[in-house]
Amino acid sequence: MTDTVLKVVNLTVKIPTRQGVLRPVDKLSLEIAKGKILGVVGESGAGKSMTGNAVIGLLDPPAHISGGEIWLNGKRIDTLTREPMRAVRGKQIGMVFQDPLTSLNPLLPIGDQLTETMLEHLDISASEAEKRAIAALEEVGIPGAAERIKSYPHEFSGGMRQRVVIALALCAEPSLVVADEPTTALDVSVQAQIIALLKRLCAERGTAIMLITHDMGVIAETADDVAVMYAGRMAELGPVRDVLTRPTHPYTQGLMASTPLAAKGGKRLNQIPGAMPRLTELPAGCAFHPRCPIAKDKCRADPAPTLGAGDGRAACWFAGEAGP
Amino acid sequence: MSQETKGQNHQPATSPGETSQAGNRLTRAWSRAAGSDFIWSFKRSPVAVVSFLVALGLVLGAVLAPLFAPHNPFDPATLNLMNGFSSPMQPNAFTGEVFWLGTDDQGRDVFSTILYGMRISLFVGFAAVAFAMVLGVTLGLIAGYVGGWIGAVIMRIADVQLTFPGILVAMLIFGIAKGFTPLEQRDEMAIWVLIIAIGLSEWVQFARVVRGATMVEKGKEYVQAARLNGRGAGGIMIRHILPNVLGPVLVIATISLALAIIAEATLSFLGVGAPPTQPSLGTLIRIGQGYLFSGEWWILLFPSVTLLALALSVNLLGDWLRDVLNPRLR
Repeated sequence: MTDTVLKVVNLTVKIPTRQGVLRPVDKLSLEIAKGKILGVVGESGAGKSMTGNAVIGLLDPPAHISGGEIWLNGKRIDTLTREPMRAVRGKQIGMVFQDPLTSLNPLLPIGDQLTETMLEHLDISASEAEKRAIAALEEVGIPGAAERIKSYPHEFSGGMRQRVVIALALCAEPSLVVADEPTTALDVSVQAQIIALLKRLCAERGTAIMLITHDMGVIAETADDVAVMYAGRMAELGPVRDVLTRPTHPYTQGLMASTPLAAKGGKRLNQIPGAMPRLTELPAGCAFHPRCPIAKDKCRADPAPTLGAGDGRAACWFAGEAGP
Repeated sequence: MSQETKGQNHQPATSPGETSQAGNRLTRAWSRAAGSDFIWSFKRSPVAVVSFLVALGLVLGAVLAPLFAPHNPFDPATLNLMNGFSSPMQPNAFTGEVFWLGTDDQGRDVFSTILYGMRISLFVGFAAVAFAMVLGVTLGLIAGYVGGWIGAVIMRIADVQLTFPGILVAMLIFGIAKGFTPLEQRDEMAIWVLIIAIGLSEWVQFARVVRGATMVEKGKEYVQAARLNGRGAGGIMIRHILPNVLGPVLVIATISLALAIIAEATLSFLGVGAPPTQPSLGTLIRIGQGYLFSGEWWILLFPSVTLLALALSVNLLGDWLRDVLNPRLR
């Protein structure tokens, strides 16, 4: 067994609807190693959260995994039936949600929510669980943790609540944490703290993180690798420095060019013309070609090459040809 | 570092006696309750305070009827036919006894029959609401959480139920049940049939509200987190969703209680409810209306006023509760 925690191979998610079968995630492959952070970026509707939900096995019907494989710690989990999957979730995968206001049960003291999770998955006594809950809260920086385990979620601010949610995600000592836009609902100064906290805890414990966000700044600060998604497909995948400084996929190039930078001065921002197509109206060939500055006939006819973990960086026939 | 702080915080916390801690918790809970918005807005609402006192007085009177009532109207040995048709507060022409609210044709003290009648009315009301609540909340939770065709079937049954007036449903159930019970057990069964009949005609309210609230809660991320945590559907419904949807249920339960009391009175008035051997307020009103035009007005008036006071106070309490628990209505 290598130190690969999560390996996703050719994952396809389908949603049958009246307008036909949609594929919010199409032949997606990625890998996360122990202690590493993979940032998943893309516009709204690019399939980021769908990917996260598929990994944790909580796709809401009618969405379902129709192809591909998901491996967690060398064990295939997408084919597990409900009961064994329940044991895997929670124990081996933690989740940090977007909105800390709704991701804690408003009627249970936070201590109960922490101990409940631990008792479910770890073989420990109730008093041991309470000790660990206090330690977990101290670790995420909740002052007076011993008293505050009796507090209810509404007695915390948004940033504090997100810290509690992180404690909750990590308390069963999972090997993978899926963080779905963990900082979107927080203000900027708190965002940085939460990101730093997440990064530190995972580095200490060797937890792999799948960080789903649309914020390039967060990715640049945090991630080791970055996956850029477009219309359910992987557009570009690689080490964060390379992708951000020398993007090769025209979509990533467009994204980077449209990121406001103080250094650019007062010039107008670049923008990518058009909008991401609806899943019901995907163009033939490469999904990006109608908006692509370097699209050629081949792009209109053939779907872009599928990107596998490990090999080429950009899912584009002409990767790297247009300068940023 | 974290190891040290854990040790320091934990040592003193566990050493003092557990009992004093529990006592502290109790006093703290009390002061918290006394200072809560709930009590505050209760004190500021004269309507709520008065209805609460009226309702409390009536309920206590009913529960403690054996202590208060001058007579036991169910014990024929204490009745004297000579006392029949005594006017309120007037000495009886034959026996010279004084009855506060007069007596009926059998010489039963109206005040006592009201107290005992309220017991039946309140018992039927509470039991019917409890039955409707358990049924409605359970079905509503399932319909909201599981959804799909199961939820659709439950809600269609509820819709069909709503197209029949509640009283009609209750009478139908009553009639069917009557057909199946042997004659000598009918009086005994009557109360339970009433409870089931009224309960079945009121569960829809609970189911609808709970289903709606469940669907809202289901979409929240803490439910996702609980699912991720490996909890089953039943565990999530009971532990996480149920407590979060109980607020509106409480309001509906209070208003349903008033409705159930009135429904019981209506059925009894129509002669299909509580039997004359165990008269409820509705039965008393039915008995009394026969004497209205012969001048014995008190036999009808006092049970009616009691029913009015009971239903009105519970209803006003329910309204107030709804306003308090739903800040958007303020």
